[in-house]
Amino acid sequence: MGNILLFIQHVDGKVLKGTLSALAAARELKVPWQAEQIVGVALGSGAQVAAKEMLGYGLTSVRYSENGLFEKYRAEPYARAIALAAKELSATSVVALASSSGKDALPRVAVLLEAAQASDVIGVNPDGSLRRPMYAGNIIAEVELLAPTRVVTVRSTAFSPATLEVGGSECSELGLAGDPELHEQPRFGEIVGYEMSKADRPELSDAAVVVSGGRALGSAENFEKVVYPLADSLGAAIGASRAAVDSGYAPNDWQVGQTGKVVAPNLYISVGISGAIQHLAGMKDSKVIVAINKDPDAPIFEVADYGLVADLFTVAPELTEKLRGLRS
Amino acid sequence: MKILVPVKRVPDWQLKLKLLPDGSGIQTEGIKWILNTFDEIAVEEAIRLKEKGGVSEIVLVSIGPDDVRARLEYALAMGADSAILIKHDGPADSDLASRAIAEVFKKGDYAMVLLGKQAIDSDASQTAQLVAARLNLPQACFASKVVVDGGAVTVTREVDGGLETIKVPLPCVISTDLRLNEPRYAALPNLMKAKKKPFEVITLESLGVSSDVKVKVRKLSTPSARKAGRKVASVQELVDVLQNEAKVL
Ligand SMILES: Cc1cc2nc3c(=O)[nH]c(=O)nc-3n(C[C@H](O)[C@H](O)[C@H](O)COP(=O)(O)OP(=O)(O)OC[C@H]3O[C@@H](n4cnc5c(N)ncnc54)[C@H](O)[C@@H]3O)c2cc1C
Repeated sequence: MGNILLFIQHVDGKVLKGTLSALAAARELKVPWQAEQIVGVALGSGAQVAAKEMLGYGLTSVRYSENGLFEKYRAEPYARAIALAAKELSATSVVALASSSGKDALPRVAVLLEAAQASDVIGVNPDGSLRRPMYAGNIIAEVELLAPTRVVTVRSTAFSPATLEVGGSECSELGLAGDPELHEQPRFGEIVGYEMSKADRPELSDAAVVVSGGRALGSAENFEKVVYPLADSLGAAIGASRAAVDSGYAPNDWQVGQTGKVVAPNLYISVGISGAIQHLAGMKDSKVIVAINKDPDAPIFEVADYGLVADLFTVAPELTEKLRGLRS
Repeated sequence: MKILVPVKRVPDWQLKLKLLPDGSGIQTEGIKWILNTFDEIAVEEAIRLKEKGGVSEIVLVSIGPDDVRARLEYALAMGADSAILIKHDGPADSDLASRAIAEVFKKGDYAMVLLGKQAIDSDASQTAQLVAARLNLPQACFASKVVVDGGAVTVTREVDGGLETIKVPLPCVISTDLRLNEPRYAALPNLMKAKKKPFEVITLESLGVSSDVKVKVRKLSTPSARKAGRKVASVQELVDVLQNEAKVL
């Protein structure tokens, strides 16, 4: 019934952990979708290294392209190249991590392949139907893709990263001649610039510990004074509620929730966050949840394993001190 | 320049959803509908662009049953100029929506499609990209800032790790993120006036679009709720339980 193509997302050749989660989902799909092999494609600088690495994860055949068209991620050329690779590698389905670029490009791939798409998949049923969250995670839908070609984006928190497995050895450059429109890139505009947050802490999406701050912090200064040291005492990534982001206490890409990042660390500590349903959508699958809030009736306590009803400005610094003490 | 703003109505997110007993859908009887939060932001942005000059007309389009009219009228009251309701009572997925929107786009002389980055019911985040691909247009998704300058638009996008700014030529498709703007409320007198704005009801057939869907929703269920844990009395107790009970330190 055709192969499954994995879109290998990487940064300068370093494969994202989420790509391995997407691969785990692809492995689950293999039997019910009667796929013969899992194949892959990597694009951009470092693509060759990333593609090679994936041969160690059971992929039988991989394509890469480091063509200038792919130097910086853009939806249009990426989608075209992924569709091209699918055709070349006889893939009838495409699986990718639901990162911002996965979400951005994969629907375009679906149109190019006339495929049906399911976004943000969190489970695979034995009959090949898929489970995905709707309504901010309040409802889980069981969906069936009705087209013979299929596209799936995968929520990384729902699948443990795939482990090493004997694969193939076929790694070669993706030929681009098959799609003349790929070279019409000027039609799709250009990158003007980036404003990336400093990456001196673990990546939020796959950190083992996350400390998040909410509106209660009251200012960017307080956020920095209270949340940063607590996070650093644990080697944690920092998250935030939408209210904290909207008020300018934390950068946009720290937002956790329905419309931000979905995280599922071993330990999630929320500080001064009420626990609105849209926030819970992004963290309620964390293994252990700690909530610090001065309101004993805050909804966050309904999902927290351990709740501390207290003023955060007193207890968060105290916690930071104690954790530092443990470390040293 | 004309802007096409596709909108979807969704159940009010502040209400508790109830499933039908057989799990085939949610109970819709008597529920309150709202304009999808992200689409409302798209409507607002279109109005702001028009207020700045250069936009001649804002056309809304929605797919759904008759009573979607009320939501379209709300968006008209915010300041859109006219609305098209594609009357359809059956199931619809992002793919069907994108095919219909693409046909509407082809029939008008639009310079931009502006819509929400996701609908807060299905949370699929596909329609904008599908429309762009069907029309082979550039896309700028997850926009937190939109600046139109002559024949091009500069869009700041919310991406993993920060912000990315791209400049795309018109016509293009833009999907809106939460921080793009804060939508205005439609004033009551405008709600009355909105009823007099041009409102066209058409069908999928008249657009030559089949009503087939590619994604079949078989069954809905509620996720198993997480059990509430317990309260600890002090920071010391918290550290102790994290260390000895949860073993996460
Ligand atoms: C379509 C849509 C999408 C959304 N998406 C998201 C999303 O992705 N992520 C998200 O987070 N939100 C999202 N929201 C917003 C969400 O509904 C809430 O408004 C938001 O999460 C509230 O943030 P908060 O908990 O920081 O603020 P609040 O709700 O104001 O809570 C502050 C909390 O701090 C406590 N507090 C105050 N002072 C102290 C103190 N000194 N010590 C201890 N505790 C204190 C209070 O008791 C309160 O519980 C979305 C909303 C909509 C409509």
